Amino acid sequence: MKTTLHRRKVVEILLENRKDLLVVAGLGSTAWDITAAGDAPLNFPLWGAMGNAAMFGLGLALAQPRRRVLVLTGDGEMLMGMGSLATIGVQKPRNLSVVVIDNERYGETGMQATHTAAGVDLAKVAQGCGFRITRQVRSAAQLGTLRAAIHRPAGPLFAQVKVIAEKIPLVLPPRDGGLLKARFRKALLGAQADLD
Amino acid sequence: MKGTANDAWPEAIYRTLKGAGVRQVGYVPDAGHKRLIELCLADRELRSVVLSTEEEGIGLLAGAWLGGARGALLMQSSGVGNCINALGTVRECRFPLLMLVTMRGQKGEFNPWQVPMGQATPAVLQSMGVVVHEADSAEAIAPAVDAAARLAFGSYQAVAVLISQAVIGIKSFQDQASR
Repeated sequence: MKTTLHRRKVVEILLENRKDLLVVAGLGSTAWDITAAGDAPLNFPLWGAMGNAAMFGLGLALAQPRRRVLVLTGDGEMLMGMGSLATIGVQKPRNLSVVVIDNERYGETGMQATHTAAGVDLAKVAQGCGFRITRQVRSAAQLGTLRAAIHRPAGPLFAQVKVIAEKIPLVLPPRDGGLLKARFRKALLGAQADLD
Repeated sequence: MKGTANDAWPEAIYRTLKGAGVRQVGYVPDAGHKRLIELCLADRELRSVVLSTEEEGIGLLAGAWLGGARGALLMQSSGVGNCINALGTVRECRFPLLMLVTMRGQKGEFNPWQVPMGQATPAVLQSMGVVVHEADSAEAIAPAVDAAARLAFGSYQAVAVLISQAVIGIKSFQDQASR
């Protein structure tokens, strides 16, 4: 089945009524996607460390077991850190979701095909690594249930959302790493952020 | 060597990490860190995370810090090379980072393939902005870890303690396998 999903709409729906969700976005298009949905202090968009987004989510989820943590990243970024799916599968944090926005392309470097274009199934990889919930999403009808699942403590959850490969305008978050870190900690930890 | 004060340094590191408020420990299994890893795994207040590659630990501990938790990353010198690009993010964001590195490719190395990365380790770390504390004797390790933890968490620095191969004392493949 061919996908009909547009990435910006998918991310907008997943972040709708996000409550106290903590969001990490991987380098590239997903960082622009979460910013298009509304820049927020509890977003941590990565501008580097390609392949490490899911691990940022793991460390955050283990440090904040009462909060829900969502990692949104691309297929190219996830492929670079596939071992982290095994690492997460060992820890099994219930409050962590990893959602790959899969356009089967390296969007920032000229839309070259990724491994998923040749059929590599990241959801099956995550299943084999021990994620409790894994799914592939190709239709808008599945997005509501995915959003609800992200807010339930029944993870770790992995979803591979197939989206149309399209060139869309950049919506850039702040790019000062120190600022992104400090505002996230202040919003999450309050005064304690300066005392730790 | 067994039963001497020289064997006590992993316990001393463990106590120092606890005293520094470390709550997450990322590690790639390593013969030099074997005892310390066992101590961490036995501690229910510590979350010990086995990694598939050292680079994952950089993300893990940055995420932990975003969530208000301190961490430490245990690896062998060969793993330092796996971390290089991720260290760029640590520097740009000024994440605190405490790395404890057991050295190979130094004094008495028996595996020539360990030598290039081992010899390059301090320079590679420093070139990525990581402060290096070298510990050349068993007695020097815990104070170095204590100082590194204070610098890392007090001043938002990336700090690596390099534990000399002379202290770890692995002499041969057979010796390594028997540990």
